[in-house]
Amino acid sequence: MVASIFSNHERGGKILLGVIALGLVVVPFCNLVVSPESTFHISTFTVTLLGKYLCYALLALALDLVWGYVGILSLGHGAFFALGGYAMGMYLMRQIGSRGVYGDPVLPDFMVFLNWDQLPWYWYGFDHFWFAALMVLLVPGFLAFVFGWLAFRSRVSGVYFAIITQALTYALMLAFFRNEMGFGGNNGLTDFKDLLGANLQSDATRVTLFSVSALALAAGYFLCRYIVTSRLGLVLVAIRDAEDRTRFLGYRVNYYKLWIFTLSAIMAGVAGALYVPQVGIINPNEFQPLNSIELVVWVAVGGRGTLYGAALGAGIVNYAKSTFTTLLPEVWLFVLGGLFVLVTVALPKGLAGIAGRIKSFQHG
Amino acid sequence: MKRVASTEPRYTCRFWQVLALFLVGAMTIPADEVVAQSLDDALESLIAADSYPEKQIVIETISTIDDPRALIALEALLEGQLYTTRQDQSLVIAESVDRGYQIRDFLTDEDLGRVGRRDVSRISVNNSLRGVLRGLLATSGLEDDDPRQRRLAVIEIGHSEDLSMLEVLQARRDQESNGSVLRAMDVAEATLKLDSDDEEERLTSIIAVSSIVDSHVRTKLTRLSTNESVSPTTRQAALDALESIEDRVENFEILKTVFFGLSLGAVLVLAAIGLSVTFGIMGVINMAHGELIMLGAYTTYVVQQVFPNLIDYSLFIALPIAFLISGSMGMLIERTIVRALYGRPLETLLATFGVSLILQQAVRSIFTPLNRAVSTPSWMSGSLEIVSGLEITLNRLCVLGFSVLVFVILLFVLRRTRFGLQMRAVTQNRQMAKAMGIRTNRVDTLTFGLGAGVAGVAGVALSQLTNVGPNLGQAYIVDSFLVVVFGGVGNIWGTLVSGLTLGVANKLVEPALGAVMAKIFVLVFIIIFIQRRPRGLFPQKGRAAEA
Repeated sequence: MVASIFSNHERGGKILLGVIALGLVVVPFCNLVVSPESTFHISTFTVTLLGKYLCYALLALALDLVWGYVGILSLGHGAFFALGGYAMGMYLMRQIGSRGVYGDPVLPDFMVFLNWDQLPWYWYGFDHFWFAALMVLLVPGFLAFVFGWLAFRSRVSGVYFAIITQALTYALMLAFFRNEMGFGGNNGLTDFKDLLGANLQSDATRVTLFSVSALALAAGYFLCRYIVTSRLGLVLVAIRDAEDRTRFLGYRVNYYKLWIFTLSAIMAGVAGALYVPQVGIINPNEFQPLNSIELVVWVAVGGRGTLYGAALGAGIVNYAKSTFTTLLPEVWLFVLGGLFVLVTVALPKGLAGIAGRIKSFQHG
Repeated sequence: MKRVASTEPRYTCRFWQVLALFLVGAMTIPADEVVAQSLDDALESLIAADSYPEKQIVIETISTIDDPRALIALEALLEGQLYTTRQDQSLVIAESVDRGYQIRDFLTDEDLGRVGRRDVSRISVNNSLRGVLRGLLATSGLEDDDPRQRRLAVIEIGHSEDLSMLEVLQARRDQESNGSVLRAMDVAEATLKLDSDDEEERLTSIIAVSSIVDSHVRTKLTRLSTNESVSPTTRQAALDALESIEDRVENFEILKTVFFGLSLGAVLVLAAIGLSVTFGIMGVINMAHGELIMLGAYTTYVVQQVFPNLIDYSLFIALPIAFLISGSMGMLIERTIVRALYGRPLETLLATFGVSLILQQAVRSIFTPLNRAVSTPSWMSGSLEIVSGLEITLNRLCVLGFSVLVFVILLFVLRRTRFGLQMRAVTQNRQMAKAMGIRTNRVDTLTFGLGAGVAGVAGVALSQLTNVGPNLGQAYIVDSFLVVVFGGVGNIWGTLVSGLTLGVANKLVEPALGAVMAKIFVLVFIIIFIQRRPRGLFPQKGRAAEA
């Protein structure tokens, strides 16, 4: 059983890392060095799009860690992603300074618009990058810790956990839609100018962000891979497959679950923080329950419990989404819905499972 | 409610008008010149009239002419829309558009296009004429065939501050048979008499209005209580009356909040009760539940489109159809998807979510993404006035009653029918039920169909309260799951109690926190509650709890 979980994953992981490394060399080169007239030129738009996919892949990786290896289905991981994004967005907002429409040196435009006369206390510190970066890790991590602590301690699991995580992201969405919250209401945070002094519109910044996202994905993969192949990973899989038995063996199941859930939330937060400067906006729609559920499909399509499969699934589904929503917007939800049904009923192991099946077929 | 005793003689309405006309007419100009018989003649004299008293006589004449256009003319005059053209002095109705007027011929209703500001002149009225006009219009409203219109006219009169209207009201009272109009008349009379000069009468009417919740009455009472020229007794009486009104308002506010809460709770119960069958009893997560509700709502829309003449019966026609449509869709989902995934709840959740996306998009493609208008049957529209100031909207009351009815029927099916018995048997011990000869697969399908059908029926009811659009289902899915989980899975009593509780709780905290924060508050409350009691308010006990 245990052996089968790890069989064949090495290769997929290597391919994933290879693709990331290739991307790290080719994309910056083709964007910055190759002249725009050449067929090999990659436009900045494409670079940003690829960077976006990388962030999604990191998010999917985070979910696969908890769902694929510990069996915790979170339907609220989009909330951690969005919180990380908001932390970054707040820093970017403060960097605008007096270049906003109203030209107020301290207050962001939407606060001036709401006639606020001073910065709310929770915006303090976000003018420093290090502080914002810390918050990217701490805010989702803290929320996941508190939420997970309460939930796992009372042994809320399975479907119940899925439903309350959905309620969590739904509640956050409603809260962030409120203007009084001080996060820009339904417009969210946007009109960013620069990050650490670098102009966000410039090609070099975009390529750098892409590269950082790629590195973050690789680092996330290494971290997850390290965890799941360690002794800790074996305990996690044991919890997934037989929670009560693991508990009776003397493992503190709640603590394992809690730490992995928190770590996963932090990874999701980082993904969100890298996502926001690339797409240039963060608004409460990121909290939509639908987003979090869509994320589950990425992982399911790619192959749950394989790590590389999650990243792959995120890439494929999102590519399909971009293609369909531009060409046939009517059809996209049919495709997505069909994917849900198809993958769960016919392909429980996702695309990674197909690869495994072909291989065992050849051997058999 | 007690009627205000009246000492005035009662005339018939028509007689009073004619008398007034005669008196005023006799004082100014020879009567035979203005008492015209036809509307056209009267309007001619209106155009010709060049003083306000003269106009007043003509206006009163017009009001006695039995012609529907007479009322239109008076209304237009009151609104200041009645003009004559400079060219041929013909009467037009004009609406101001930028730098000119859009005019219509009054008699023929023919559109005469746009003219400049100087091409027409307004038939002017002054304040006293406006008062006369309002009175006359209200009087004619009193003769409307629709009691609702009559009631509105009476309320209008009560607000008119015109003591002469008292006689109109009293004259009309004899012919009135509708209770709510009569009550409105009492209020209007008492309100008018607050301005009376007679101390005794004023005191009686203060006591009479002290149970009336009406902003106009309150303003008048406040004015009286601070008026130095009236006696201290009256002032004190006004203060007392104000206080008792305030108390009443406060009590009504609480009652209203509870009612709104119950009505919101009823919506939650309706949305969740089908789910308490599929999720609670079968243990199957059906994320497409909201879309099954949506199908029910669209069924109502289609029924109303197909039978536009039967709007009043449309809900009764739609109920069985919605039950069948959603129910068969549910059985289809069970047969094709849920069955393949028994024992894998998380996968079921994802697959049925896929179905929900497909259903949503299907509806969006067929009916467009826009919200569809579902009309309310006439017997459900309007509101029920329990006592003055406490009104309850009928559609909410109906939905509340309907959700209780659905609950009772469902309870009956589960507890008292053979099918219900089989359903419970399969839930408690599938193997044993099978051994006793129950076709468990069939029971599964039918149970799922029942839950789905109830969702469809809920959709018919919800179509009366919310927008019918492709997102209708999504709006309810999180809520309904929380209601079921909060109430305790597998317990439909729990669903009823938790739905109503959450509804009332939501409305109770709403005034303090605002609508959105109240919703967040309830969500957070449930999240924390589930942490404390993971099996809900009414957990199942015994062996069923292990399943």
